[in-house]
Amino acid sequence: MADALENDQPLLVADSLSKSFGRIAACRDVSFSLYSGEVLAIVGESGSGKSTLLQLLSGQLAASGGHVSYRMRDGVTRDLATLGEAERRFLFRTDWGFVHQDPAQGLRMAVSAGANVGERLMAVGWNHYGRIRDTASDWLTRVEIDTARIDDAPRTYSGGMRQRLQIARNLVTEPRLVFMDEPTGGLDVSVQARLLDLLRSLVAELNLAVIIVTHDLAVARLLSHRVMVMKGGRVIETGLTDQVLDDPREPYTQLLVSSILPA
Amino acid sequence: MNAPAYNFAYLDEQTKRMIRRAILKAIAIPGYQVPFASREMPMPYGWGTGGVQVTAAILGPQDVLKVIDQGSDDTTNAISIRKFFAKTAGVATTTATEEATVIQTRHRIPETALHANQVLVYQVPIPEPLRFLEPRETETRRMHALAEYGLMHVKLYEDIARFGHIATAYAYPVKVNARYVMDPSPTPKFDNPKMDHSPALQLFGAGREKRIYAIPPYTKVVSLDFEDHPFEPYRFNAPCALCAAENSYLDEIVTDDKGGRMFVCSDTDYCEGRQAAGHHGSLSAAPYKEKAGSHG
Repeated sequence: MADALENDQPLLVADSLSKSFGRIAACRDVSFSLYSGEVLAIVGESGSGKSTLLQLLSGQLAASGGHVSYRMRDGVTRDLATLGEAERRFLFRTDWGFVHQDPAQGLRMAVSAGANVGERLMAVGWNHYGRIRDTASDWLTRVEIDTARIDDAPRTYSGGMRQRLQIARNLVTEPRLVFMDEPTGGLDVSVQARLLDLLRSLVAELNLAVIIVTHDLAVARLLSHRVMVMKGGRVIETGLTDQVLDDPREPYTQLLVSSILPA
Repeated sequence: MNAPAYNFAYLDEQTKRMIRRAILKAIAIPGYQVPFASREMPMPYGWGTGGVQVTAAILGPQDVLKVIDQGSDDTTNAISIRKFFAKTAGVATTTATEEATVIQTRHRIPETALHANQVLVYQVPIPEPLRFLEPRETETRRMHALAEYGLMHVKLYEDIARFGHIATAYAYPVKVNARYVMDPSPTPKFDNPKMDHSPALQLFGAGREKRIYAIPPYTKVVSLDFEDHPFEPYRFNAPCALCAAENSYLDEIVTDDKGGRMFVCSDTDYCEGRQAAGHHGSLSAAPYKEKAGSHG
């Protein structure tokens, strides 16, 4: 099968990525490959360079050194730095998703939930109100939002609903890669659990590749296949999630793992 | 001192050159908003400072100027702009659409079909069609540059979701020459079809926002819509009470405090022309004649 062959190729490759802000090196020499359907968690404390790395990977920030290449839908792997702005923005609203920690950044708070979900469809040329609305309402159901609230603006939604709406808005164009920046930050534990459960089933169902930045090791354990531990801009440890979290090798990782409060 | 009080058409020649350059660029890129160094005019923003500057830049001594405000030739705004150019440029003015070579308008396109050799100058308060959807100017410019207009449909989607139909009745977004999405200034959407393939040149001036844009003659102008909710020009379903016109855009006029109202053509020149040609509506009376000796 051509699909199987294609899936042998990595979806996204980071090659010795670095970024410095003046004298501060926020990200040093990060390399890894991500395959379709794979969930990679980037963990580390505040200031370890997680969010910078995510911005580099998603092409929102130009790297000081190194490359990010991505296998486009046509099967050609391209260096993100060589993409034009139009291509990059197109990629961003079709084949990629970006879930922000603060839903207000990823949503249009003043327009209805239906339009929020439908925006990407309209951006790629959907021009039939009925079909846009049906698709939007289908996605609201999938993220467990009552479709009766399709015409309400997200500012009337609770934090958990907003985050689920943001996910629906990102997934409506069936992206292959989703970036998530602390998607459960600021939510209470029961809402977190529900969101994680939803994310896990959607990721499996859609065969999504996900790069998730989190400081919450429990999130990494639940969602991810692989974990990268960052400290001071470097990746200090990487491996299968259970391996890293249950048998950490680096002293810093051991500290992180032991810092989890026992339930 | 024999120096005239004003330069021809008020603005100095350098300013007119600058505006003309902006106009030429705007015509070359239909629908694209060209920034220009808008001057202060002797009138407040919102009264047509953009339109006045465009008119001043294109006006020649042979031109015949008509100014309309909401279709009407005789409101304060229309009269004062007409007087302004009569005084500063000494050009002939008219209220008849066919006779005019330059028509400055606020919020209407005349009912009488325009012809080549006419220029329609719009006064524009907010030139950016994406403004209330995307507050960042840097972002809206990028969206225009990359032709990312999905957001415009979000607005129309919101209309349908809230009201069951596209409720945007004026400033209805259009796509010019299959490229730029443009705000046709707050004209009623009834007038949108008149922009398409118009033989007249259409210029848009926004004084406060410092933008000029244009639709060259015979350019394709399409109102945005959805396949299942197509664009429909809106018109109140009644004949004009004065001239019985069935196809003109109507103003609603409240006549008393008991709910009385009448619908009349908003284009006064068109309405008067029809009345002179013998058309009578349900409320038309004999034309009012001023007494001899009264000032007017």
